[in-house]
Amino acid sequence: MPMVKISIQALSLQYADGTESLRGINLDIHANAITVLFGPAGGGKSSLLRCLNRLNDLTEVRTLAGRILVDGQDILDPKTDVIALRRKVGMVFARPVVLPFSIRGNLTYGLELAGERRKSRLDEAVETSLRQVALWDEVKDRLDDPAIALSGGQQQRLCLARVLALRPEVILLDEPTSGLDPISTGKVEASLQELKRNHTIILVPHSIQQAARVADYAAFFLQGELIEYAPGADLFTAPRDKRTGDYITGRFG
Amino acid sequence: MNSKQNWQEFFIPRLIKACGYSAIVFVALIFFFLLREGLPTLVEVPLKALLDPRWYPIEEHFGILPLISGSLLVTVGAMLVAMPFGIGTAVFISEIAPRWVREILKPLIELLGGLPSVMLGFLGILVLAPFLRVFLNLPTGLTALAGSLLLGAIAVPTVVSIAEDALDAVPRGYREGAWALGATKWQTIWRVTLPAAKSGVLTAVMLGIGRSIGETMTVMMVTGNAPVLAVKLNSIFSPVRTMTATIAAEMGEVASGSVHYRVLFFIGIVLFLISLIVNISASAVIFRSKKRAERILS
Amino acid sequence: MKAFSINRHIVQRLGFSFLTLITTLTFVPVVWVILYIINKGAPAISWEFISGFPHDGMRAGGILPAIVGTIYLTLGTAIFSVPLGIGAAIYLSEYAADNTLTRLIRLAIINLAGIPSVVYGLFGLGLFVIFLNFGTSILAASLTLSIMTLPVIISTAEEALRSVPQAFRTVSISMGGTQWQTIRRIVLPEALPGIITGVILGLERAAGETAPILFTGAAFFLPRLPHSPFDATMALPYHLFVISTQVPEMPVQIQYGTALVLLTFVVIMNLTATFIRSRARAKRQW
Repeated sequence: MPMVKISIQALSLQYADGTESLRGINLDIHANAITVLFGPAGGGKSSLLRCLNRLNDLTEVRTLAGRILVDGQDILDPKTDVIALRRKVGMVFARPVVLPFSIRGNLTYGLELAGERRKSRLDEAVETSLRQVALWDEVKDRLDDPAIALSGGQQQRLCLARVLALRPEVILLDEPTSGLDPISTGKVEASLQELKRNHTIILVPHSIQQAARVADYAAFFLQGELIEYAPGADLFTAPRDKRTGDYITGRFG
Repeated sequence: MNSKQNWQEFFIPRLIKACGYSAIVFVALIFFFLLREGLPTLVEVPLKALLDPRWYPIEEHFGILPLISGSLLVTVGAMLVAMPFGIGTAVFISEIAPRWVREILKPLIELLGGLPSVMLGFLGILVLAPFLRVFLNLPTGLTALAGSLLLGAIAVPTVVSIAEDALDAVPRGYREGAWALGATKWQTIWRVTLPAAKSGVLTAVMLGIGRSIGETMTVMMVTGNAPVLAVKLNSIFSPVRTMTATIAAEMGEVASGSVHYRVLFFIGIVLFLISLIVNISASAVIFRSKKRAERILS
Repeated sequence: MKAFSINRHIVQRLGFSFLTLITTLTFVPVVWVILYIINKGAPAISWEFISGFPHDGMRAGGILPAIVGTIYLTLGTAIFSVPLGIGAAIYLSEYAADNTLTRLIRLAIINLAGIPSVVYGLFGLGLFVIFLNFGTSILAASLTLSIMTLPVIISTAEEALRSVPQAFRTVSISMGGTQWQTIRRIVLPEALPGIITGVILGLERAAGETAPILFTGAAFFLPRLPHSPFDATMALPYHLFVISTQVPEMPVQIQYGTALVLLTFVVIMNLTATFIRSRARAKRQW
């Protein structure tokens, strides 16, 4: 049995405005694998993702109960060093949000926040992270151009590289390919397959097809509840819960 | 995180917070110092004297009614100018004007808003007043009318910019819905856009009133400064004096702490309260608490 | 149906013509005022007028002390109101929760914006000149003008800060940025052109104001330049007021010349603000 990186225990969440919530989620996420959280919109996938690096701190939350253990430490504990957590657990969003800097500036931003000033370290991080997402050859001659000039697919790979530059252990991706063409999507998925060797990856896919393609493990969420959790190969071929089956075969959602 | 960052993270947000609270402190300070200097009036001057129909401080006539009536008269006149021109221009800019015209007119309106009131007063004395005197055959052109016209011009930018914001804020779908039903652009403006923006337009007018009643230099220079009770309609053609002009004209010459000095501060309190009421009621219309937290995605 | 439709279009055309007329009537005087002052004032402008001291009871000579005074007052206003105003704007845009206290701050700002300028003058007289004993001085006048300018700076700066996309903040925080790092490295730089525009527009108003400095710092006549912040000073708008109402037999040309110099101040600041704003809009990446 592979190592458990993140252990979510009895997690419940409700926003102050009463919308979207999570109810009693128990989920063990394995290291060096891609875990896919899927289900119809509003099921709580993104909320769960945002709990994992405490991005929900930015939102008004009414109740938050349960525990999330990352390497055995409860990150919901108020004493947690949130800044360090966010460097360890990186996040890529649905829409590629490049910061209003150059390509290089986007990649070094996180390290600079952490106080890294040495040029050699920064340059190294730029190259390594760009190679990890197969973007190095495309942009190595124009690292100082505004990042906004890149195409949508390149921008999203840059966003992934930007997270990688911080050398995180866990990478969260929230529908990272929802706005991309199939070729760019393929490149991102290929990068993820490479990255899982050294990272724990949690992905909210933008389609069931993508979920089935990349999932080592898959968790099906419906209206704030975890319905079924199993290795991807099992869940997509022989779902145990009827609702999972109905969703996969397109009866709803 | 190094110690310099820690220090910044601790200190700077607190400093910023203090800046935020400063606005409340300033309003309180202003009110306090007006009260401190002006409130003794109520002890030193009998109420009857304050309601005297005459303002003649040298003989201890401190009737502020002529000044209030002067302010009201000039302000009403100014709004009769500023409302049609301000709202009309706002509609034109927001609904009719092609883009390039808008790009020219908006900075121009801002420039009009930035013209020093003393400069308009100056032109009022040299150009507008002589013209009015000849054109209307008056003994002097320095009248409430001259003040109203110039104040109207001063209030127009306020009215235009706020009314235009209000019109811009009307969702495009409203207009498209009306067009889809076969309404002309004009009908859409008249029956859909303006009614939808009416609270904002109302705010614009209120703030225009606030701007007019508080304006000082222009009215002091062009209204002739005669503190007479303006109750008749044709008072608009005679000199008047406003509360603001009285303070500006007389404060420089009174002894600090004298009765006259206290009464001028008392008028300041009245002006402060008027602006408070006008602005609070205007902002009551604007204030719609927006949902702050903005989640990118669910 | 046909007749009805023609009819509506006539109404529309009439309505549009009417609004166009109204707008024209609004703008023609603005343009006229500017051209008129340039036309009448230009003959008075000379090096001596700009750089000389007034003499013969201000009926001759230059207006240097008024020009310098206005520059001092504007800078003095900037020193106090810019940091305070931007700080308050950052607080409102980035930190303030949606609660009663924040609403109170907003109400206070709206009220500051609405208080008549002459009442600011009274307040400055009561607090700075008398209570704090700064006397009639550049310091007292600058402080008075600062508080008057504050709401303009706060509201424009807040708008500029709010227009920076929320996603930038989320990304920065998600990468381990603190809130202040996010503000300093992303939000402030992106909002800077908008903030500068607001600052200039606020200072433009301060530079043209007369009533707040009447009893707090304006000097009727000063045969020298002010030496310290505790000196009173001449100022262009007050000088224009003085020579157009208080000095008998004042040559009209000098009045128009003074008005032109004041107008130049205002227009330059205004154009700068407009230029910065439009350039920033064109360059904006989001």
